[in-house]
Amino acid sequence: MTLLDVENLWVKFPSRHGVFDAVRGVSFTLGKERLGIVGESGSGKSLTGRSILRLIRPPGIMTADHILLEGDDLMTKTERDMRAVRGQRISMVMQDPKFSLNPVMTIGAQIMEAYMLHNAVNKKAAYAKAIEMLEAVSIRVPERVMRSYPHEMSGGMGQRIMIAMMLIPNPQILIADEPTSALDVSVQRQVLDIMDTLVKDRGMGLIFISHDLNLVADFCDRVLIMYAGRIVEVCDADKLREAKHPYTRGLLNSLPRLDEPRARLEVLQRDPAWSEAPSVSGRI
Amino acid sequence: MSETQSLRAWLLTDTPTSRRHAKFAAAYQGWLSFRSNTMAMIGLWILIFLVFVAIAAPLLAPHDPFEQTLANRLQGLNADGHILGTDSLGRDILSRLIYGSRITLFIVGLVALIAPITGLLVGTVAGYVGGWVDTILMRITDIFLAFPRLVLALAFVAALGAGIENAVLAISLTAWPPYARMARAETLTIRSSDYISAIQLQGAGPLRIITKHIWPLCISSLIVRVTLDMAGIILAAAGLGFLGLGAQPPSPEWGAMISEGRRFILDSWWVATMPGLAIFTVSLAFNLLGDGLRDVLDPKDAET
Amino acid sequence: MSMLSVENLNVWFGHGRDRVDAVKDATFAVARGESFGLVGESGSGKSTILRAITGLAPDWSGNITVDGKEIGKHREKTFFKTVQMVFQDPYASLHPRHSVDQVLGETLYLHGFTDIDTRVVNLLDDVGLGAKFRFRYPHQLSGGQRQRVAIARALAPAPEVLLLDEPTSALDVSVQAEILNLLADLRTEHGLTYVMVSHDLSVVGHMCDRLAVMKDGEIVEIMDVATLRNMQATHPYSQHLLQASL
Repeated sequence: MTLLDVENLWVKFPSRHGVFDAVRGVSFTLGKERLGIVGESGSGKSLTGRSILRLIRPPGIMTADHILLEGDDLMTKTERDMRAVRGQRISMVMQDPKFSLNPVMTIGAQIMEAYMLHNAVNKKAAYAKAIEMLEAVSIRVPERVMRSYPHEMSGGMGQRIMIAMMLIPNPQILIADEPTSALDVSVQRQVLDIMDTLVKDRGMGLIFISHDLNLVADFCDRVLIMYAGRIVEVCDADKLREAKHPYTRGLLNSLPRLDEPRARLEVLQRDPAWSEAPSVSGRI
Repeated sequence: MSETQSLRAWLLTDTPTSRRHAKFAAAYQGWLSFRSNTMAMIGLWILIFLVFVAIAAPLLAPHDPFEQTLANRLQGLNADGHILGTDSLGRDILSRLIYGSRITLFIVGLVALIAPITGLLVGTVAGYVGGWVDTILMRITDIFLAFPRLVLALAFVAALGAGIENAVLAISLTAWPPYARMARAETLTIRSSDYISAIQLQGAGPLRIITKHIWPLCISSLIVRVTLDMAGIILAAAGLGFLGLGAQPPSPEWGAMISEGRRFILDSWWVATMPGLAIFTVSLAFNLLGDGLRDVLDPKDAET
Repeated sequence: MSMLSVENLNVWFGHGRDRVDAVKDATFAVARGESFGLVGESGSGKSTILRAITGLAPDWSGNITVDGKEIGKHREKTFFKTVQMVFQDPYASLHPRHSVDQVLGETLYLHGFTDIDTRVVNLLDDVGLGAKFRFRYPHQLSGGQRQRVAIARALAPAPEVLLLDEPTSALDVSVQAEILNLLADLRTEHGLTYVMVSHDLSVVGHMCDRLAVMKDGEIVEIMDVATLRNMQATHPYSQHLLQASL
């Protein structure tokens, strides 16, 4: 059951020094699964996520043959139509809740605003729904959190609140852009488990963007590895150790491991052929 | 042809080969960025024109700015060899405007030197040293900030007599506090950066840190602020001139010219309007220049 | 005799009611030539210990001894010739308006060296950058290159102890491998003593000989890397961290 179908996505940035192609010919499909997009900085993974929501602002130019959301082509929609898609049908959770939550509004006000934007309900119903969502993300005293401001929350709680806010409108797809990178290791697991449960219970598709190869391998079902704007390899998450592309192997081998001590870490030798080769298709 | 091409490549390089090369390359790339902003270039050209007019005043002015011909007073535009007309004493307005540009530049130049430099010194020292030094310096700043410009100018005139130099002094003394505040705010942010910690770990003292590390970062926003303030400074000088506290007659200062022409605004509107337009143009030019400089020097503040 | 020893270190910020105790009663010793890790989550106080050692955190009590000499309230110039620090964020540790040459040149000048030109070139070679990076500005360098410059700056006075505050957390995985290899090489070449702070147990496991685990400002356990690898940590928090990082 294909939720999202992206074909030949390009994102270009014209500048004084010429046109820079940040995303080059990326194609993939997303079903009711957890799809990971892994890459280092500059690989174009975040831009890919934002392109799906058509959030690329000028001077950036985004083109694609099509971006089908359950058959509906997002490329043909006007900005007004996209506003009905963003948050409603596709939601996005970003890296640092400090920067994605409004610092001058209480958390309750923000969640209720998000809900009332897409549903014609009164404040009481919105409040009840907000409490319900906060409980769904394992926040123990939701009434107190509703009255608090974002700066009073820890990183992990802030991220859970973001997830609650993003899932209230019941979207079909959640895009998570480095959702746990700003969190401590012990909190990461907790937040990921919550995201996992919610995505499974609601039958959503999840696109998980990260630089952490091991984390993505652990958490996702399928992984796309990006380099220099292209997809260089696609594999099932549990088969990541057997990845074939030299870039993926290089990334895996350059990580220090507690269980395999080595005197020197393997340094990735970048081959220009990796960025020149065409993008591997991530279609199922 | 190939020589200019290689010079351009040398300046656009990403891998400079010497200190001089690096500085030239950085300056050239900044210039290219500035040049792409049409509005800023317009501002720059107007100001270059202003400087040219001020320097070449004796050659450009068709008449003597002080020569009075009472028979010819309040002539309209294009009357009889006076392109912009004459004022109430028969003096050629165009010539007075041209000579007045010198006074404008004098005021602007002097204030632009005194106010930001004083502000930079006070602000960076207060911000970096902190403690009671900060408190004292900031309270002094507050005292000067509390003075309305005109009240201070009146005080100076009462004490030292009227004149353009005292007007400049009065304007500078009320213009420096915002720069001090700005410099202090920037210093407070910079002070906690890792690169300042790093140089402290090399044993650098406060003097070196303030002059070599903090000032280079404050100066760009100060320059931008100065150009944007220029408009206000010209207007302040004009206002003082208007009140008779700045340039004294028969000096062709633009503000004084507006004051003199005020009485005739209904019948001989050009007497006050021409200097007014001159002030407007120069103020606008400084604003455009300031905007362009900000885009180049502080790229994160630039509007996309 | 240890190269660096810390006893009953307390570091706090603010006073009276607003006082926050960032480090409570920390004690550990690092032998000459050893690589010692400080591990913990954010807020555990690990970076604060480094800042207290270098004098960047002014309110502290306890004993800090470097090379047999006890450290007082103020750091003398000789201290900075012995102990240097590499900061976490390569994008914030270089002055945006100073070229690499100025950064290294100024450092060498402040330490009283006169053959600055030769030393700058040697330092750049040491960290694998080479002379063509000498006149670049930070915005013309990648994260990994900036970190190499920061390491070169720290090595300029030929110190004996390097304090490394999460030197690779802000870098890509492939760049991290290069920098960690560089740090390991430099340690062997110059016989340096390292104190490395990190939240990443596998990095600490790769780089260090012994490590201390911190939680909420306190050292809960000090162990050998072998103990870490064998998952034989004794304190429950250490076990919890180990579990979470696998």
